[in-house]
Amino acid sequence: MLYAILCYNAEDVVMSWSQAQDDAVMDQLGVVHQRLEREGKLGPSLRLMPTTAATTLHKQKDLVIDGPYAETKEQLLGLYIVDIAGLDEGLAIARELGKANPGGAYELRPLRLYLPGVDMPATESA
Amino acid sequence: MTDLAWIDGALTAARPQAVGALLRYFRDLDIAEEAFQDACLRALKAWPKNGPPRDPAAWLIMVGRNAAIDGVRKRSRQTALPDDEAALSDLDDAEAPLVERLDGADYRDDVLRLMFICCHPDLPQTQQIALALRIVSGLSVRQIARAFLVGESAMEQRITRAKAKIAGAGVAFETPGPVERAERLAAVAAMVYLIFNEGYSASGTEREDRAPLAAEAIRLGRLLLRLYQSEPEIMGLMALMLLQQSRSDARFDADGGIILMDDQDRGRWNRTMIGEGLALIDKAMRHRRTGPYLVQAAIAALHARAATPADTDWAQIDALYATLEQLQPSPVVTLNRAVATSKAHGPEAALAMIAPLEARLSGYFNYFGVKGALLLQMDRRTEAREAFDRAIALANSTAEAAHIRQHLDRLTADAKAAGIS
Repeated sequence: MLYAILCYNAEDVVMSWSQAQDDAVMDQLGVVHQRLEREGKLGPSLRLMPTTAATTLHKQKDLVIDGPYAETKEQLLGLYIVDIAGLDEGLAIARELGKANPGGAYELRPLRLYLPGVDMPATESA
Repeated sequence: MTDLAWIDGALTAARPQAVGALLRYFRDLDIAEEAFQDACLRALKAWPKNGPPRDPAAWLIMVGRNAAIDGVRKRSRQTALPDDEAALSDLDDAEAPLVERLDGADYRDDVLRLMFICCHPDLPQTQQIALALRIVSGLSVRQIARAFLVGESAMEQRITRAKAKIAGAGVAFETPGPVERAERLAAVAAMVYLIFNEGYSASGTEREDRAPLAAEAIRLGRLLLRLYQSEPEIMGLMALMLLQQSRSDARFDADGGIILMDDQDRGRWNRTMIGEGLALIDKAMRHRRTGPYLVQAAIAALHARAATPADTDWAQIDALYATLEQLQPSPVVTLNRAVATSKAHGPEAALAMIAPLEARLSGYFNYFGVKGALLLQMDRRTEAREAFDRAIALANSTAEAAHIRQHLDRLTADAKAAGIS
C-alpha cells in the first residue's frame, strides 16, 4: 500500500531557525530516511519552499493569485512534481490540467529539496 | 512536553505581530514591550506543561494585554487581581474571536506600523536599524552593541534616545489608507535592506557578530512578503537578499579577505537560496511593474544563472543597470553599471561613463577601485596606480584595503620584472 505523509508545521517558526538548527533537524530526519530507504519503503521525499514562493491558479475563474491556496473548503486530493523552466511554464501546464479537470485550484510551489528515494510500483488504476 | 528550542522559535516568530498588536492597544512602546516580555515569561512557564497554544501570537497578545492592564491597575492601587492561573484558564474561550480578528488587515497593519515607527526620518539610519533589531526582532542590546562594535551602555543610550524621539513624534494609529500604506511599506523595505547590508557587507573579524543580521533581514523580508503577498517590489527585495546571501560562503578567504565574484568557487553558492530567489523573480515579473529592488534582483539572478564568470550575460546586466539608472538615478548605480559596460563593451566605454562622476564620488573607495581596474585593463599603469593609491586611502575596512593592495603589489611586481623601478 502506498501512503503519502504530509508535513505540517508553523512556517514562521521553522523559517526562524538558524542554519545550524535547520541542519540538525535535517540530520535527524536523514537517519530515519536512510533506514526506510534500506528497507525499500521510502519513495520520493520533498521539502517545499516557503509559501511566499507559491502562486495559486483558481481554475474556473482562471485567476492567478500570489501566495498559497488559503481556502479551507477544499481538501488536498493530489499532487504533481514537474521539471520545468519556470512559473510561466508551470501555469501553462496547470491550465492544461485544469481544462481536463475543472474546479478547485492548483497551487504551484517550487521545491526546495527533492530526493527520489527507491523505485515504487505503479498503482493499478494510475 | 514542548521543547524549549521550539518555544524560543515560536516566541521569536510571534514577536512582531504580538508587540505590534500590544502597541495598538496601549499606544506606548515601552508598555507594549514590557507586556510582551511578561507574556513570554508566562509562556515559558505554561507551554512546557500544557503544550503550545494553537496560535502562539494570539496567546501572547492576550496574556500580555492582561498582564499590562493588571500592571496599570496595580500601580493605581485598585482592587485585588485574579492570579495567573485564573487568567490563563480564560484564554481558550478568548482565543477564538481574537484569532479571527488577527487574520484580518489589523494584523498586517500592526506589524507594518511596528516596523515603520523604527524608520522615523529624524533618526539616522544606524539608529533606525538598531531600533528595529531591538523592537521588531527582539535582539538583546548586547547583541546589537556587538554588531555595531560599540559598548553595551552606549547602545542602550542610543536606543533609549531613539525611542524618546519616536515617542515625541507621535505615531499614526488609525488604519492607514492605501497611499500611506504603500509609503510605509517602501520605508520599511528600505530599512530591511539596510539591516541586510549591515550583515552582508561585514568582512574580516566583524563577520561573526554582524553576519547574522543578513539572516535576520531575510526573516523580516519573508514576514513582510507573507503579509503583502502581491507586492512585486517586496518579492524583488526578498529575491535580491536571497541571491546576494547565496554567495556569502564563497565571498571570503580563510583570512577573511574579500574574494571577488569572478574568483569565487561557484560550487559554494547556496543553491537553495538561489532557487527561492529565482522563483520570486518569476512571480514578480508577472506583475509587469518594475522597481529598483526587482531590477537589482534580476541583475543578481543573471550572475546566479552563470555557471562560470565567462557565461555571464553582461550585455543584459548592462541593460538592466540602464533601467536602474532611470528608476533610481545615482552616481553609485552608474559606477556599478560601468563594470558591466566594461565587460560588455570594453574599458574605454566604461571609463568615459564614470569620468563625469569623479567630483561627486571623490570620497568613495569603490570609485577609485573601479577606475584603477579599468585603467589597468587599458594598460595605463601610472594612472592606475594613482587611482589605487586613492582607493586605499579611502578604504573602509582592512579587507577593502587588502584587496586594492593586491592590485598595487601586482603592478609593482610587473614593473620590477620589466626592469622599471
